[in-house]
Amino acid sequence: MSQAKEVLSNPVFKNNPIGLQVLGVCSALAVTSNLNTAMVMTMAVIAVTAFSNLFVSIIRNHIPGNIRIICQMTIIASLVIVVDQILKAFAYDVSKQLSVFVGLIITNCIVMGRAEAFAMKNPPGISFMDGIGNGLGYGAVLIFVGFLRELFGAGKLFGYEVLPLINDGGWYMGNGLMLLPPSAFFIIGMFIWLTRTFYKDQVEAPDFELSKNTKKEAV
Amino acid sequence: MEAYISLAVKAIFVENMALAFFLGMCTFLAISKKVQTSLGLGIAVIVVLAITTPVNNLIYNLLLREGALSWAGYPEVDLSFLGYISYIGVIAAMVQILEMFLDKYVPVLYNSLGVFLPLITVNCAIMGAALFMVERDYTFGESVVYGISAGIGWALAITALAGIREKLKYSDVPEGLRGLGITFITVGLMSLGFMSFSGVSL
Repeated sequence: MSQAKEVLSNPVFKNNPIGLQVLGVCSALAVTSNLNTAMVMTMAVIAVTAFSNLFVSIIRNHIPGNIRIICQMTIIASLVIVVDQILKAFAYDVSKQLSVFVGLIITNCIVMGRAEAFAMKNPPGISFMDGIGNGLGYGAVLIFVGFLRELFGAGKLFGYEVLPLINDGGWYMGNGLMLLPPSAFFIIGMFIWLTRTFYKDQVEAPDFELSKNTKKEAV
Repeated sequence: MEAYISLAVKAIFVENMALAFFLGMCTFLAISKKVQTSLGLGIAVIVVLAITTPVNNLIYNLLLREGALSWAGYPEVDLSFLGYISYIGVIAAMVQILEMFLDKYVPVLYNSLGVFLPLITVNCAIMGAALFMVERDYTFGESVVYGISAGIGWALAITALAGIREKLKYSDVPEGLRGLGITFITVGLMSLGFMSFSGVSL
């Protein structure tokens, strides 16, 4: 049981797929301009990662080594088609907003990476848990970024007004930058800084060491 | 002709794959430490995009879209839900074929691009271009132009980032930001720069 717990909780902070392993950043940033899409995207990714891990793990002993990538790809693509059809049926507006990014879950490196690194070597139950854990780790970053961007950009959360904007007679001046793509990079950069301040062992070794007596000057 | 040029400029600058849509970020961040390698990767992406986008366009228009199968006597069949799986299949197959072709006939190019080709299959930029092409309903001609220029835009962005990172490696960055963190912020600033193109109306 403790192993399951570890597999679930580790990826969220300690070994975050976005913060530490640089996986799945691709589709992560574009869907975070409001919380609603970020939430839906998180659920879609959790579902796909968990089930692709489960299925890959079930057939792991029967896949020939040199065509395993294409087998994993097929499983993942089929799962994404299912998710896409479900979204189109039950949440059509959100699926329009997400546009191509649902399809891009296929090439999301987290799904592929976990199938390759974990599900190929472990039994189905624990792989399923690992999928959920990594999906949650991805979702944590997504929701964190989405929360900040929507709150400070539009003064809303889930579309409900939290900080009334000046345009609507309130007091808060919306920060337009937050709604533009670059802000997502800044926020994730800061998020990485934050996690690495707490988990010192994640800090990367510098390419060059300043020699001891060098004065630090502005160049 | 004019329409094609404006499409190309739009795909390279205004809607840059990497900096405006965040596509292909994984490789973008991981393989941008040296200008030389990122240039090689950039060229490989251009080549693959130039081939796969038109091929996927043909597949969508001749096989998958609603009514596309009327030549075979099935006018009301709509296979567009099979899109994702066919595009990724085409991309994986194309990359494989390209790799074998280069290995046999252009070994010089193979040696310089070889290592990057398998990586490209899972590059979101390739898949993203295919999906955008479908969503925006490009014709065959437009898809050729779009594929090539989206690739050029991506290559431009990764080479520029590599240039910045080469300079950056001698600077004294706060501990927690070292490596990945500062790269994210650099990319943010670059993308801010590219935002200025969005005012260009064509």
